[in-house]
Amino acid sequence: MARMKFICDAERCIECNGCVTACKAEHEVPWGVNRRRVVTLNDGVPGEKSISVACMHCSDAPCMAVCPVDCFYRTDEGVVLHDKDTCIGCGYCSYACPFGAPQFPSNGTFGLRGKMDKCTFCAGGPEDNGSAAENEKYGRNRLAEGKLPICAEMCSTKALLGGDGDVVADIFRTRVLTRGKGSEVWGWGTAYGKPSGGDTKPAPTKS
Amino acid sequence: MKPLIAGGLAATLCLGLPGCGEKPQTAGARKADTKAYSAATGTDTAGGWKVGDKTSWEAHLATRTKNGQNEYTRTGAH
Repeated sequence: MARMKFICDAERCIECNGCVTACKAEHEVPWGVNRRRVVTLNDGVPGEKSISVACMHCSDAPCMAVCPVDCFYRTDEGVVLHDKDTCIGCGYCSYACPFGAPQFPSNGTFGLRGKMDKCTFCAGGPEDNGSAAENEKYGRNRLAEGKLPICAEMCSTKALLGGDGDVVADIFRTRVLTRGKGSEVWGWGTAYGKPSGGDTKPAPTKS
Repeated sequence: MKPLIAGGLAATLCLGLPGCGEKPQTAGARKADTKAYSAATGTDTAGGWKVGDKTSWEAHLATRTKNGQNEYTRTGAH
């Protein structure tokens, strides 16, 4: 299997926030924490676009690189997860993440910043799959149930695609070829590296 | 003297209160995660794949992605 990836098709997103609502409901995400949110690019300008943003489960995740307690890990499917029992809530990952994914609930003592919370690609955490402990800390583990992330499965216009990177890329490619426009995939290069053959500029040569 | 003692007692109680809301935590090395395909999670598990069989799980997810997120499979690309 290829890696699990998200693609948001800006040509299709209608900013309904269905993905945000589905995520919050599925995982009972607390007030003030948004694992997923819809962002409008060039708001108010003709031709504005909306995209759904969450943790992209980067190939070379900067959050993993900066975490001082090494609480992050990557599954065989390329999903970036973390152990909340190890997390100290320092916030370094928040500064490192290009997508603003890490969230910090302020439900601790005296409003203290709590442990980091983020999109899990509906894959839970290190606790036993489907256990009550996992559900309480990370939400539902849909991948272990043979399901895909709820945000992607609930998207009414299928703007948000989530699943095996090869499969979702193929679906998106078919769309682009069919409609003849909208090939830009926001965040794809940042999260998963440049597309193969994307950089067509010749390498600089010594004179 | 009495108000001073009462005030001190109240302050001690207030400082102790937040401790009641804290949950016990397990410190130590990061725990290992189990494979997503390796454990049945209950009655909500989708059919069409065999628990513990990575290949069938991957094939099931790929089919689910194609059928659920690609409407061209139903309508055809126009």
